[in-house]
Amino acid sequence: MSRDFDWPEFLFLLGALRWTVVLSLIAFVGGGIGGLVLAIARTSSHAILRWVAAAYIGVMQGTPVLMQLFLAYYGLAVLTGIRIDPWPAVTIAFTMYAAAFLGEIWRGAIQAIPRQQWEAAAAIPLDPAARLRHVILPQAFRIAIPPTVGFLVQLIKGTSIASIIGFVELTRAGQLIVNVTFQPMVVYPLIAVLYFALCWPISLVALRLERRIDAALGIKQHP
Amino acid sequence: MKYVFQFGIVRDHLPQLLDGAWLTIRLSLGAFALGFIIAMLLAYLRTAGPRPLRAAIAAYVEVIRNTPFLVQLFIIYFSLPAIGIRFEAITAALLGMSLNFSGYATEIVRSGIEAVPRSQIEAGHSLGFTRLQIFRHIIVFPALRTVYPALASQFVLLMLGSSIVSAISAEELTAVTNTLQSTTFRVFEFYFVATGLYLLMAVGARLLLHAIYWAVFEHGRPVERAWSR
Amino acid sequence: MPLLALSNIRKRYGSNVVLDDVSLDVEAGEVVAVIGRSGSGKTTLLRCINGLEAIDEGSIVFDGKPLPPDGADLRELRRHIGIVFQSLNLFPHHSVERNITLGPTITNKVPLAEAKAIALDVLREVDLEDKLHAYPAQLSGGQQQRVAIARALAMHPRLMLFDEITSALDPELVGEVVKVLERLAVSGMTMVLVTHEMGFARRTADTLVFMHQGRVWEKGPPRELFAAPKTPELESFIRAVLEPND
Repeated sequence: MSRDFDWPEFLFLLGALRWTVVLSLIAFVGGGIGGLVLAIARTSSHAILRWVAAAYIGVMQGTPVLMQLFLAYYGLAVLTGIRIDPWPAVTIAFTMYAAAFLGEIWRGAIQAIPRQQWEAAAAIPLDPAARLRHVILPQAFRIAIPPTVGFLVQLIKGTSIASIIGFVELTRAGQLIVNVTFQPMVVYPLIAVLYFALCWPISLVALRLERRIDAALGIKQHP
Repeated sequence: MKYVFQFGIVRDHLPQLLDGAWLTIRLSLGAFALGFIIAMLLAYLRTAGPRPLRAAIAAYVEVIRNTPFLVQLFIIYFSLPAIGIRFEAITAALLGMSLNFSGYATEIVRSGIEAVPRSQIEAGHSLGFTRLQIFRHIIVFPALRTVYPALASQFVLLMLGSSIVSAISAEELTAVTNTLQSTTFRVFEFYFVATGLYLLMAVGARLLLHAIYWAVFEHGRPVERAWSR
Repeated sequence: MPLLALSNIRKRYGSNVVLDDVSLDVEAGEVVAVIGRSGSGKTTLLRCINGLEAIDEGSIVFDGKPLPPDGADLRELRRHIGIVFQSLNLFPHHSVERNITLGPTITNKVPLAEAKAIALDVLREVDLEDKLHAYPAQLSGGQQQRVAIARALAMHPRLMLFDEITSALDPELVGEVVKVLERLAVSGMTMVLVTHEMGFARRTADTLVFMHQGRVWEKGPPRELFAAPKTPELESFIRAVLEPND
């Protein structure tokens, strides 16, 4: 018995879109905090901190998100003997993933600041904490905003993978609807359109921010 | 913790895992080759073609980069059959990976092309080169050298992203792992080892790409020094 | 006792000897111009003086105290040594005033109101008091360099180091910066400058140091060295750099 694809089905998709957004935001904020810690660890003068952070980032960036999700969902469940709910597993997995990528972005931003700025600050002299607070981090923050916003798009697209373990976000909702309406030709392209409608404006914002930052800091010191 | 690790079972099934890994590698290389050729073509047309074509390519790139790879795969594998275009799982996987890669690679190559200094191109014009000759002799090599790191990163992303094609049952590493863990119930061990295999492949790929960079772009060529002291 | 005493400095980058047994004394109030080709070690030498580069052998003694390797002790010493780089001195996200008051307020623990007064004073010394609230991106290259000088002066240093501060400037902007340097020299500041400005070196410097292959090749009053270089290296350097009617 197949249904037609009509308004109720579309509303179901929109409802699932909501979970896509919620999941993305949770991972983005959680990953943001983790990423900040990682970035500072990566650029610290203590070798152990640098190594641990680098190892974490290396593993998270060197393995598929899907595997990380499987380990978090199936792997942990089997290890602890408890049936893990999709929500905690998915949010943990994506938060850890986001933290690694944001940490790399922010490390790059910190290191993009010209050596002379570090030296000028140190030569005044300013102590290391004051250097970070007044000179390095404010500039790094500005440099980091466009790629950070760009990563949000990656994250939103990445949440589609949660469908594979049955978590009902937009993509999974699409599969469910297709199973009932037998109209993949309508549903999947529609899903794509919904993702596009969500992601493209964010991409444009990131692009505009990047141009503005380039203009402000790029002309910076032209003797 | 009631779980008892039994990695021995994984060792018994290692050949299957490696088969899956080998398919992952072949898919990735194939998709890279195909996607790269498409990207070079599109990037060239994006900078040198007629305006409607440039807009179409820009739209293509935006669509690829703002929709999930999984959904793109579903469209290729599930939606197209409804209008008569049917692919095998592996073909759909290869096609999906190539198109997805080409979306990102086109932008990357285009930024490399635009990074070539204007003066170099103008020198080509004054030597009487055609547009195509300028592209081939003046632009391609420096452009690729500039964007090589970005392309290399994109390749690793491609290879790791191939795990998603397990959702349409292409028998690469992730799909094989899923099957094995569900039949042997050694869930954690299989996922752990498979993840390790991916990590090995990613690290290996990076090392190889470094070597290729050196061989193609640096070996035998004098290196520009950034500082004079 | 000289304000700054460099003795037998040696520094290597890998197998490359960058500084080879360099010794130099700088008295209080002396203006030393260091010249030489790229790769002669002149900038490295300058950067060793305030600890931005480490030396392998030899000693650096400032105001009777040896230069500490790093940490709070080095910071304490750096309060008395100002440095201006070739470019990218100023913090682009802070106003000129804030650039200047950062050091006094944070390191010298001066109250903000007093620091602002200092900022106005030092800007006056470089003829830029009207740029107090401007941002670096709004200034010309020459103005940026002058603000950088002012910022260093706000810490009331006893020694000022300059690393080719006019080399990246458009020619018409160089004069205003050189004027500030001359004023500073006349006021009695101890200065060590790595420079290509031969006019300034000849007019204002007390001592000219010509570096070649990491060594002090020739040293002495500028007029003497320019008029009668003792070595062929200095002679060819002067010929290469000086304009015909200088």
